Amino acid sequence: MIPVAFDYLKPSTVEEAVAALGASEDSKVLAGGQSLLPVLRLRLAAPALLVDLGGVPGLSGVRVDGDTLVIGAMTTHAEVASSDLVRRHAPLLAAAAATVGDRQVRHRGTLGGSLAHADPAADLPAVAAALDATYVVQGPAGRRSVAAADFAVDLFTTALAPDEVLVEVRLSIVDGWSTHYEKFHRMAQAWAIVGVAVAVSRSDGTISGARVALTNMGPVPHRAVEVEAALTGAPATAEAVAAACVSVSAGTSPVDDLTASADYRRDLARVLTGRAVCQALGI
Amino acid sequence: MTAVVEPAAAAGEVGAARRRKEDARLITGRTRWTDNIALPGMLHLAILRSPHASARIVSVDVRPARRQPGVIDAFSGADIAEIQGSLPCAWPVTEDIVHPVRPPLADGFVRHHGEAVAVVVARDRDSAVDALEAIEVEYEPLTPVLDLAAASRDEGLVHPDKGTNRSYTWIFDSAQAGTGTDVADAAAAAEVTLHRQYIQQRLIPAFMEPRSVVVDPGMGEYTIWSATQIPHILRVFYALLTGVPEHKIRVIAPDVGGGFGGKLQVTPEEMIAFFAAQRVRRPVKYTETRGDSMLSAHHGRDQIQDITLTATRDGTLTGIDVKLVANMGAYLGLVGPGVPILGAFMFNSIYKVPAYRFECVGVFTNTTITDAYRGAGRPEATYAIERAMDDLADQLGMDPVELRRRNWIKAEEFPFTTVAGLVYDSGDYDAATDKALDLFDYAGLRAEQQRRRDSGDPVQLGIGVSTYTEMCGLAPSRILGALRYAAGGWESASVRVLPTGKVEVVTGTSPHGQGHVTAWSQIVADELGVAFEDVEVLHGDTRTSHKGLDTYGSRSLAVGGVALVEACRKVRDKARVVAAHMLECSPDDIEFTGGAFRVRGTPSSAKTLADTAFAVFAAHDLPDGVEATLDADATFDPQTFSFPHGTHLCATLVDTATGHVTIHRYVAVDDVGKVVNPLIVEGQVHGGVAQGIAQALHEQAVYDESGTLLTGSFVEYTIPSAADLPHFVTDRTETPATSNPLGVKGVGEAGAIASTPAVVNAIVDALRPYGVDDITMPCTPERVWRAIKRGGAS
Amino acid sequence: MSSSHRVRVSVDVDGSRYVDDVEPRTLLVHHLRERLGKIGTVIGCDTSNCGSCTVLMGSADGEQHSVKSCSVLAVQADGTAVTTIEGLAGPDGALHAVQQAFHELHALQCGFCTPGMILSAVDLLRENPAPTEAEIRAGLSGNLCRCTGYQNIIRAVQSAATALRGAAAAVLPSEVTV
Repeated sequence: MIPVAFDYLKPSTVEEAVAALGASEDSKVLAGGQSLLPVLRLRLAAPALLVDLGGVPGLSGVRVDGDTLVIGAMTTHAEVASSDLVRRHAPLLAAAAATVGDRQVRHRGTLGGSLAHADPAADLPAVAAALDATYVVQGPAGRRSVAAADFAVDLFTTALAPDEVLVEVRLSIVDGWSTHYEKFHRMAQAWAIVGVAVAVSRSDGTISGARVALTNMGPVPHRAVEVEAALTGAPATAEAVAAACVSVSAGTSPVDDLTASADYRRDLARVLTGRAVCQALGI
Repeated sequence: MTAVVEPAAAAGEVGAARRRKEDARLITGRTRWTDNIALPGMLHLAILRSPHASARIVSVDVRPARRQPGVIDAFSGADIAEIQGSLPCAWPVTEDIVHPVRPPLADGFVRHHGEAVAVVVARDRDSAVDALEAIEVEYEPLTPVLDLAAASRDEGLVHPDKGTNRSYTWIFDSAQAGTGTDVADAAAAAEVTLHRQYIQQRLIPAFMEPRSVVVDPGMGEYTIWSATQIPHILRVFYALLTGVPEHKIRVIAPDVGGGFGGKLQVTPEEMIAFFAAQRVRRPVKYTETRGDSMLSAHHGRDQIQDITLTATRDGTLTGIDVKLVANMGAYLGLVGPGVPILGAFMFNSIYKVPAYRFECVGVFTNTTITDAYRGAGRPEATYAIERAMDDLADQLGMDPVELRRRNWIKAEEFPFTTVAGLVYDSGDYDAATDKALDLFDYAGLRAEQQRRRDSGDPVQLGIGVSTYTEMCGLAPSRILGALRYAAGGWESASVRVLPTGKVEVVTGTSPHGQGHVTAWSQIVADELGVAFEDVEVLHGDTRTSHKGLDTYGSRSLAVGGVALVEACRKVRDKARVVAAHMLECSPDDIEFTGGAFRVRGTPSSAKTLADTAFAVFAAHDLPDGVEATLDADATFDPQTFSFPHGTHLCATLVDTATGHVTIHRYVAVDDVGKVVNPLIVEGQVHGGVAQGIAQALHEQAVYDESGTLLTGSFVEYTIPSAADLPHFVTDRTETPATSNPLGVKGVGEAGAIASTPAVVNAIVDALRPYGVDDITMPCTPERVWRAIKRGGAS
Repeated sequence: MSSSHRVRVSVDVDGSRYVDDVEPRTLLVHHLRERLGKIGTVIGCDTSNCGSCTVLMGSADGEQHSVKSCSVLAVQADGTAVTTIEGLAGPDGALHAVQQAFHELHALQCGFCTPGMILSAVDLLRENPAPTEAEIRAGLSGNLCRCTGYQNIIRAVQSAATALRGAAAAVLPSEVTV
């Protein structure tokens, strides 16, 4: 199939992109296109205008700004996964980015595109949630910051206004935490049935801090704050971890669909969260 | 005397791991897929498909589409009602079969999601696709009939005018056939009875090359390129269905990207493209998208299998009783009704059973038609008997290998007439099984299984056994006739020796990945004493290869290869006469050794095939009565099927917390008789095993309650990637077939037949301590997890 | 609305520059096949799963990466260099080590997935010259093959890796005939 015809604009600044988005009733931002183009090909969407960010310099790349890791929205999954800076300061993100799609998809797909698309089955929104990422978006009035917890609003819906563009993602550098992304899927290429993003710190034999976020357990990433609280202060043993994770799916609303039913996803979340925490702790 | 240069091939090409001649184009991109074809003035088709599983078409208005830019024509089924006729079913398995009309373009009603409703012909593909949106169709949705069991009870009708969903009932009973005793008696006397119901889920063949067809109408002569497995059969049906004389139709199957039975069909799209070309009098092309393919190309499997085994307490089988409900889909496909019947002869498999009964009901539902998919009937049968044998072994407390060994036909008992009436010519099930057990380390894995059970390991290990045979080399024409198949099962070959000694071979087989060009070259090299490189193999074009029955059913080597041998031998006999004349001796004094015709007792007096070819070409001094050609044709019609067999063993690791299954070890030992090219044979086994594993673990075509196909793309219909499959250990035993001069049996379907029950048996074996005795395929993590929960034991 | 002005696109494909005006909605794979005649690159699905359309793409002077040309617009390829299966062999026709290994180890049957599979393998070996079997399987997970069960593809990639590293000859099955 081929997409319905559309107009195409390739601005060279974010300002131009924002202006174009604001001027069109029915536009879409084209980042890497790895989610958007299949949707257009199947004619599930037919925007009148595509605004391609591929010509805007400075939207791609990784840098450290004081105690913050800054990743440009147009940085590809492959670049995120292989970036020394990301691997050092946000290994959870690097590990999760390496599980997105397949090699070809990771060469084109971008961090910003994945976050802004807000597919509940996508891996990176939960990772960003676990890492308390800050999203920097630019609109007609300039830039503003949005906390990860406020960015994802609903299924495929974010806090981005129609004339706003996600330009970068900022992560506080918290060295010394161990992390793991546990992705459970039926096939190598398939979306996660459930994913678990975990970051933990330990002091001696005790878990001193924990962040847990779940992929695909509801319309938006689920931050399991009760489990984080239960883990914090618990001994770093498999039994204690399992006990702390029992209720991880409380408050989630996973879908029943062709891939998996909701009750299976809930049980998987429990098992996988325990495993992810143990994996991160190296126990 | 002439000095003879010994041909390089004298050492024997058959059996050599020759690299394929086909590869050169395919690895460099210089390919000839149908979709690559661009003819001057060619137009493009797009097809509007039904969103409903069952509906009355109230109206179709194509006029708005005709007004779209670039559109040349648009039409619906009503516009071609007078000419379009009905798509064919070549295998009406019973005299009273219910065979509904199946117009290529729906006319009046649609009966499955994706049925073709209207067509746009435009200057380019994009314009054609865009214009589809302008077509206005009004449907009156009807309640679809989707559940197979309910359909078989006529709860709602797919074709109300037929009064029933039951297309046919086909029965084999060994007591009536005189091939065995009565299953009712066996049941009455049974010491042990096992009844199981297994579900063969619906699969989609999912060849990688989407189907494509180009029709060039010429001036009353039609040239058709199609991504088909069956150019010869297609040509016959084009002639029968369109009224265009057969000699005015040329069908070409250029490079064809896989089939697996999925391109063994006369398709709506092939007919629609033909009618479109007739209407616009210009060449047209239709290439399906993957989404079209999932909806419209035929599906496979989809049976409910009830099987009852009776046995003595020591594990000797006394009877097999099988009741099948087979989903035909909304209409009958080309050979669809016959697919389960091919399985009818295989439920008894390699076992000696005194009593056997088989009953199959073919049933319509509002779904895409089903038809041949790799193995066609035989994987289904093998699955049921091999699952049941493992379950019976469990019930008897016996080792599953020992139960099979107790019942299978021994090497010294061949030829063996089975309870289904087939004569197995050869086999050695002990040899194949012993080799497999050894490669697998059966004892070691059983010990590992016990350790995991004893320690309560959350990851349990299971071992699955599958011993199989299949009937292939389709097929003896008289048997096909007895089974009411419309065509024969012979195959044809022509051999033409050119003046310089090079050889052109024309085969009626139609390869689409099987490597016939290479394997046929090897056969000819040995038969005629020419170099492998000096043989060209022509196929897949009814103008050059006017006679053939194409490629499916693991038939090409066992039937077409044998025809080729016979043609070569005719050429050799003729060349012998010429050589004798040149060497001034009697043909009786000539022997063909070392690739040359030699005077017996004076081997240095010799002529090569090339020497005789030039002499024939010059024709200056031919013996009386010898024609000035060194060509021969042969047609081979097998007297019986061939019967490959083998033993596949699978070990799975099952994560009992998540239901995730990992194939830990997979061993396949196959006996396909004499091997022409071990590389090709191994490749066929790999691919077959992969597809069988995919059925066990991954694939299923799913419809929702409205009859919408939910698995309409590769996102939902999950065919495995390299990361989803294990390494396979493969080996062979070689028990030559005695039914053909090559000793070959066929290998295309074996892997897909054997592997599915091996995998599921292994999963069930891992989970028997959890009270699990079956999992419905595909054994997805969730289904395994649920089975463990439901089992509740341990 | 579908006004969709055509856009000038310049792309180097297999060493030659092509400048065309294309509709924005034109996929790179359609541009390659239908405009530039690069029919070696094929289309197997609509959803970016099968990888049959894989080509290498990058900046004209920089590194190229594997991409699925069905999920790239031709306009996005403006200013890039693309290598298709038809440009992989040397100018003298000498096969790339991966092409050669696919032939030697019978890593293709119908051959439809082969161009994409080969280019994915080339890309994988560029990044990881000595991959393990598991790394090869994971690295090729964006390319579906229905014929081979992948086993000979894995072997071929291992063999090509060895050849590309200039090490001793890869392990090949014995060939009986000359």
